[in-house]
Amino acid sequence: MNPPILQVEGYAKHFQLHEQNKLIPSSHNVSLTVRSGELTALIGPTGAGKSSVLKGIYRTYLPSAGRMLYRDALGHELDLALAGEHQILELRRREIGFVTQFLHCLPRQPTLDVVAQPLFGLGVARPEARQRAADLLSAMSLPERLWSVSPATFSGGERQRVNLARGFIARPRLLLLDEPTASLDPKTAECVIGLIEGLKAGGTAMLAIFHHPETTRRLADQVVELAPPPAVETLLKEIA
Amino acid sequence: MNKVLEVRNLSKIYGPGCPHCIESTGPEADTNLCPHCGSVVAIHDVSFDLFEGEILGVMGESGSGKSTVVKALYFDQAPSGGEAIFFDGDTQHELFALNAARQRWLRNHRFGMVYQNPNLGLNFNISAGGNIAERLLMSDLMDYGAIRERAKALLARTEVLLSRVDDLPKHFSGGMQQRVQIAKALATQPPLLFLDEVTTGLDLSVQARILDLILEIQQELKTAMVVVTHDLGVIRLLTGRAIVMKYGRVIETGLTDQILEDPQHAYTQRLVASAL
Amino acid sequence: MNAMSHTTGGNAYNFGFLDEYAKKEIRRAVLKAIAIPGYQVPYASREMPMGRGFGTGGLQLTLALIGPGEVVKVIDQGSDDSVNAVNLRQFIEMTCPGVSTTTRTAEASLIQSRHRIPERPLTPTQILVLQVPYPDPLVVVEPSEDKRKIMHGEADYSRLLVKLYEDIVQFDEITISHRYPTRINGHYVIDPSPIPRWDVPRLDHAAALTLFGAGREKKIYAVPPHTRAEPLAFSDVPFRVEDFRDAAGRRRACARCGCTDSFLDEFSSDAGEKVYQCSDTDWCDEKLLRKESLRGEAA
Repeated sequence: MNPPILQVEGYAKHFQLHEQNKLIPSSHNVSLTVRSGELTALIGPTGAGKSSVLKGIYRTYLPSAGRMLYRDALGHELDLALAGEHQILELRRREIGFVTQFLHCLPRQPTLDVVAQPLFGLGVARPEARQRAADLLSAMSLPERLWSVSPATFSGGERQRVNLARGFIARPRLLLLDEPTASLDPKTAECVIGLIEGLKAGGTAMLAIFHHPETTRRLADQVVELAPPPAVETLLKEIA
Repeated sequence: MNKVLEVRNLSKIYGPGCPHCIESTGPEADTNLCPHCGSVVAIHDVSFDLFEGEILGVMGESGSGKSTVVKALYFDQAPSGGEAIFFDGDTQHELFALNAARQRWLRNHRFGMVYQNPNLGLNFNISAGGNIAERLLMSDLMDYGAIRERAKALLARTEVLLSRVDDLPKHFSGGMQQRVQIAKALATQPPLLFLDEVTTGLDLSVQARILDLILEIQQELKTAMVVVTHDLGVIRLLTGRAIVMKYGRVIETGLTDQILEDPQHAYTQRLVASAL
Repeated sequence: MNAMSHTTGGNAYNFGFLDEYAKKEIRRAVLKAIAIPGYQVPYASREMPMGRGFGTGGLQLTLALIGPGEVVKVIDQGSDDSVNAVNLRQFIEMTCPGVSTTTRTAEASLIQSRHRIPERPLTPTQILVLQVPYPDPLVVVEPSEDKRKIMHGEADYSRLLVKLYEDIVQFDEITISHRYPTRINGHYVIDPSPIPRWDVPRLDHAAALTLFGAGREKKIYAVPPHTRAEPLAFSDVPFRVEDFRDAAGRRRACARCGCTDSFLDEFSSDAGEKVYQCSDTDWCDEKLLRKESLRGEAA
């Protein structure tokens, strides 16, 4: 059987806001598995902490509790919650991709370079990296006249395609997707779904949050439903 | 990945120092000035690692000691304590145990520095090309033609007009002066570069081009960099990891996106909240 | 040279004007300067009965090294009869009984000079003392003496080389005409005093000891015999001495002796024409004498 590439057990995240002396619960007691070539979808009401799970795995958030066991390309298992910063940076570079809700990129960088960035980081020669970016962007039907300008001025749909292309280009082993199709028109959404299926077939493991239940039904091999975290009082008791 | 720099327990005290200096200063004491002896504890117990091709951000407000860290590592100011090991291929250099000549050698051959104030990094009375030539001459390149070609190539790389190679940098704009400084710092292709508030005081559009240039260089040459800045935008754009300093102490260290989105320390939370 | 005291009869002055302690200190500085070629050794420059800047550094060296039986030559810009040279020579004659003076380079055992090295190659038994106004070549690029000392210690002369670079950028050649920075024995760079570029190569592996004395700046340094003396230069823009060719590319000759391989001074004749003549008068005299005797033989 296909062993999980990622196994999250009892993940929790809450924010301690010192200034206001407040504890803000975000995710609570989340457990899930993700396997190569499969997609695990996170569902749940707003405020259930779906994004917080993705950010915790990517270590944009420091998890408050739980284990996140990741098996890397060499077969070594490590807990992402405890991994060193350089280990995380290396995994981000080589194995784990994240398509966030909004595109963050350097200002003034041409779209082609934004998309090719992960390949630059892996040492792929620039012309080749740009060629692969161009192939991907045309597959996503982003007009060629946009390739040489910065995505800063793009529409939401265009920008999201750039974001996805950058997440896909290096074919990560584990890809985290946060509402990748939310701002896309039906036609482009369909194209993105096709790309996700292609990545799955290529063996990428994915953990995704989708806006539309329909997309989840079409793509997910596993569905994990998150419940909103308990109230602060309960949480405080638990922590104590 | 190869480690380039290992800094352990670096400290710098200005003044006589006394047994109470450390306990009476820092973020909790809300000062870096020792009330007992009047010494300034500029930095205390600063430790970090830096890897090949990595950009580390050192952030904090003025007086946090962030510039003192790079000035100590670049041998501009001798630290009061601590150690730093520079890994250069197969050799390791224990920076503060080296004699002055060896320190100068490393500074000229293996390190680069770009200061906020171009006055510190450039000699305004010699031409832009001459400034770069100086660094090449320090590393014993003695061929005039080769030096000149190298200087031109570096200035072209940092987008300084070649027609200005023989002009004095004092007649240049602030952004252009920084470009010449960067070209000079890169002249010997150092594996380690220090950048101290390099975009502070420049127009936003000029800032952006300089930051682009720095990133391109990092990707092209795999140069490890320590970037000192109070500007969270610069931290976000350039760095992969960051340390946050206040009153000479490191109060938080982490991945840059984590520090900006999930800061742990009250001070960092305030700093991030006030900027975003 | 004699370390013993010789008091001149009826004269209150000590032999060589300086007291023996002063001489001893200078000799000590000289020994150190020889031991560390090119290093500027500080010393307690004494007040002399003439203004600083008139060769007091060179004179103190001469007086500390001189002994009875010495044959001294004093030159200024190649000439033995300029006012400065005459004054110094008279002072030496007055304060050093038993010492003779000469204008002939070949006869001198000790030569004190300003701005020139004699054309005739010096021998191992001769000492050349050069008067120095500014001993430190780094003073043009670094105002702080503390920092200059560190730069010398670390042989950090990149900023001097940048001056050369800037010269070539601006003028297509190195324009330094005098005091050309010269690296001694592979380490210290010296200011070889205001000798022309012509004379610099003659310091390299010279048979004679050359001593430099800066009275106002209180420094003594040396180029010992058979020691490397390399003018700073680029590998592709080598050091060059003065070019004495005319517009047609012919080497100019001395108008007086006809010599074509000496350093020439330029004068304007009464008719307003440019005239060239040997800067070293003794050299010129010698050439002239030989020419005349050859002519006499022929006649």
